[in-house]
Amino acid sequence: MIGGIGYGGLVIALVTTLTAVITSLCGGRSRSAALIETARRAALITFPVLSLSILALLYLLASGRFEYSYVYQTTDLSMPLYLKLAALWGGQEGSLLFWCWLLAGFTFSVVARRWKTEVDLLPWVIAATSFTLLFFIILVLFFENPFSRYFITLDGIIKRAFFPPAMSILAKPTDGAGLNPLLRHFGMIIHPPALYLGFTGFVIPFAFAFAALVSGRTDDHWLKITRKWSLLAWLFLSLGLVLGSRWAYDVLGWGGYWGWDPVEISALMPWLTGTAYLHSAITQEKRRLFQHWNIALIVLTFCLVILGTFLTRSGMLSSVHAFSQSAIGPAFFVFIILMFSISFGLLLHRWSALRSENQIHSVFSRESAFLFNNLLFTALLLICLTGVLFPIFSELLTGQKVTVGPPFYESATAPLFGLLLLLMAIVPLTMWGVSTSRNLGRHLWKSALAALAVPLIVFLAGVRNWFALLAVWLVTLAIFTTVLDTYRTVTLRASNRQEPVRQAFGTLVRRFSRRYGGYLIHIGVALMALGIIGIEFFQTTTQGMLAAGETLSLSGYTFTYEKLEVTDNADGRNSARASVMIKRDNRELKRVFPGSDTYYVSQQSVTLPGVRSTLVDDLYVILVDWQPISSEGATFKIYRNPLINWLWIGSGVLVFGTLVALWPTTRRKNIPRTHQEEK
Amino acid sequence: MKRVLLVIWLFFLLIVQTPGYAQTEPPVSDDEVNRLASELYCPVCENVPLEVCPTKACAQWRELIREKLALGWNDEEIKAYFATQYGDQVLAVPPRRGFNWLIYLVPPLTLVAGILIAIRVIRKPKTIPAAQEVSNEGPCRMAAEDFISQIENDLEGVE
Repeated sequence: MIGGIGYGGLVIALVTTLTAVITSLCGGRSRSAALIETARRAALITFPVLSLSILALLYLLASGRFEYSYVYQTTDLSMPLYLKLAALWGGQEGSLLFWCWLLAGFTFSVVARRWKTEVDLLPWVIAATSFTLLFFIILVLFFENPFSRYFITLDGIIKRAFFPPAMSILAKPTDGAGLNPLLRHFGMIIHPPALYLGFTGFVIPFAFAFAALVSGRTDDHWLKITRKWSLLAWLFLSLGLVLGSRWAYDVLGWGGYWGWDPVEISALMPWLTGTAYLHSAITQEKRRLFQHWNIALIVLTFCLVILGTFLTRSGMLSSVHAFSQSAIGPAFFVFIILMFSISFGLLLHRWSALRSENQIHSVFSRESAFLFNNLLFTALLLICLTGVLFPIFSELLTGQKVTVGPPFYESATAPLFGLLLLLMAIVPLTMWGVSTSRNLGRHLWKSALAALAVPLIVFLAGVRNWFALLAVWLVTLAIFTTVLDTYRTVTLRASNRQEPVRQAFGTLVRRFSRRYGGYLIHIGVALMALGIIGIEFFQTTTQGMLAAGETLSLSGYTFTYEKLEVTDNADGRNSARASVMIKRDNRELKRVFPGSDTYYVSQQSVTLPGVRSTLVDDLYVILVDWQPISSEGATFKIYRNPLINWLWIGSGVLVFGTLVALWPTTRRKNIPRTHQEEK
Repeated sequence: MKRVLLVIWLFFLLIVQTPGYAQTEPPVSDDEVNRLASELYCPVCENVPLEVCPTKACAQWRELIREKLALGWNDEEIKAYFATQYGDQVLAVPPRRGFNWLIYLVPPLTLVAGILIAIRVIRKPKTIPAAQEVSNEGPCRMAAEDFISQIENDLEGVE
């Protein structure tokens, strides 16, 4: 019954979305208000209908209805309720349905807004979002149905279907296989929704760009309307990436946060183009530059979102993430090619109407800085895209399977990330329009000298890695120029208006929330870079087998293995927990409990590192192996990850900065100053 | 008695110097094994470095690295051995030959393309506005004020 409601919701959503696509296209073409209104209503109704399907699936997951294949595959009786509910995005079918629901939600929010002068964009926005949604609903309904049940035919074959096959009875397993143990982590509970919100969020600016191209309204209107949508999508995408990194750090047990895994890169690629877009959109608003490029970037971001979902969901990449394979690959491939061709065809059609009104005249101007920013992000994208697709092409064309691992990405992207840091440092000192090297140099050299103080201290502390010192200098310079620019502007306002500094600061942040939010994001990125410098240049590691009471040493710390306890838990886990005392100069710092959980049903193990975390470093202890009978000998692997916590702190600052940028700005009242003073 | 002791002594020397003994007690640390294993990938679980792969097969492959290191093989010999046995996908990057050169050409080509695009997009004006020229001159204090007023102007324009 409940499954029927969920399935019925999907069928109705298919009909309403199809209606929205057809009526919006016809309405947009014939300019028929009645047809456009029908499309609008059809698009609006899809979200509540899909919500019914989502609620039905959540109910089935929570109530342990194991006759449903999705419930069987992703839950078991021992799982707590929150994990059963999080299993909604723990497998292929559920996460695709969740994708549909989020996209329907975004479409609902856009269509339900008050449409005024830009009403001519409406049918095409509905067409673009509904067509994307239609594709995903078809995938869910016909290829990856989460409401399929298990049936046993007379000849004993188990079949998956929603409607009972002929001569079969419903199979009712008493327990499920359970969620992949690696996914039973707080980061993994929030990571997929955040990432999917980011993915689906970028469909909205794409839809507006598409609408601008079709309708011929190629001014800045689409860009201004979608400014906050893009930022919101970018926020969720950033959050998804950071949470994924945190999950990898906590659960995968390889002492790192980013492994240049193809699926990680698939999520990073739309972030790269999305970030480039956020910058180049400012240039279009301010200087009427990059009109073609902005549309191309948002189309590219959309296509990369679909490509990322395709690579993750089609099983084309074999990695730790691609835990399921399916037959939906060709459908995805056709959809991406179709959307890419239509969008770029329209862009070429409107090419002359989108011609930039201005030109960049100076290498040292702010618009040049934004151009370099975009070139660097595009270069990063090309490197990532090559790295991800190369193994596929190699296998297709030469039959030879190859791996493109971290050494390639690290050597190819590190100089580009360094240049991005340099740009971040320079941009607060640049000016729009014509600017000379003398102008920029005059403001830069003092900051550059002042920022040398930090790498000098690091050098005196004994660090002799010149690349690391250069990176530290760039981070310091980026933070220094950003803070200095804010300080100068605030003190100037305070002295001009005779205001207290705090009030001047508050007013400026409220009025120019996008600028200061952006500055906070830059500071967050610089702090994240500090964490990355720490772990990339200075990570140390050791491994050894210890008997109880024996010690391993690493970077001045000692790690004494005390004991190991192995227990069987009621929830189907066998847990091993070691006790390790961390000391420095014979002073006890912390006792950590690295361990491992093995799940009986799936026979999968999850590593649980013991971590001592400070702002200076993380000491990350992993129990690699142990003797199950004697419990005497155990092998430990220990990492010292300097400054890694600044990566997480920086991420927090980045998220806060984005929220500041999203905050509605307060408009200045147009009251002459003298009049104000008279009052 | 002396002959017995001599035999025992010779037997002891034999044990110590036999390569077989060296193999049962390899003087290679976990750290040395991991250093090399981090540059290789699990032949079975794709995209998982051999160093961190939790499977039993990978534990055996790590032991194989230990044995090869104990026998005096260098890093390149061991990598080549694994590539021959299990294919090029066990290497962290594609070997620089044939079709694989394509991937190594992308970063430098991207750089060249980026520079060309920048040169094409940025066009110097024939004349620089006079006001700009003036702002480059003058005492430091004036320069700072120009700078701050420029920031204020920028701020007004952004929102």
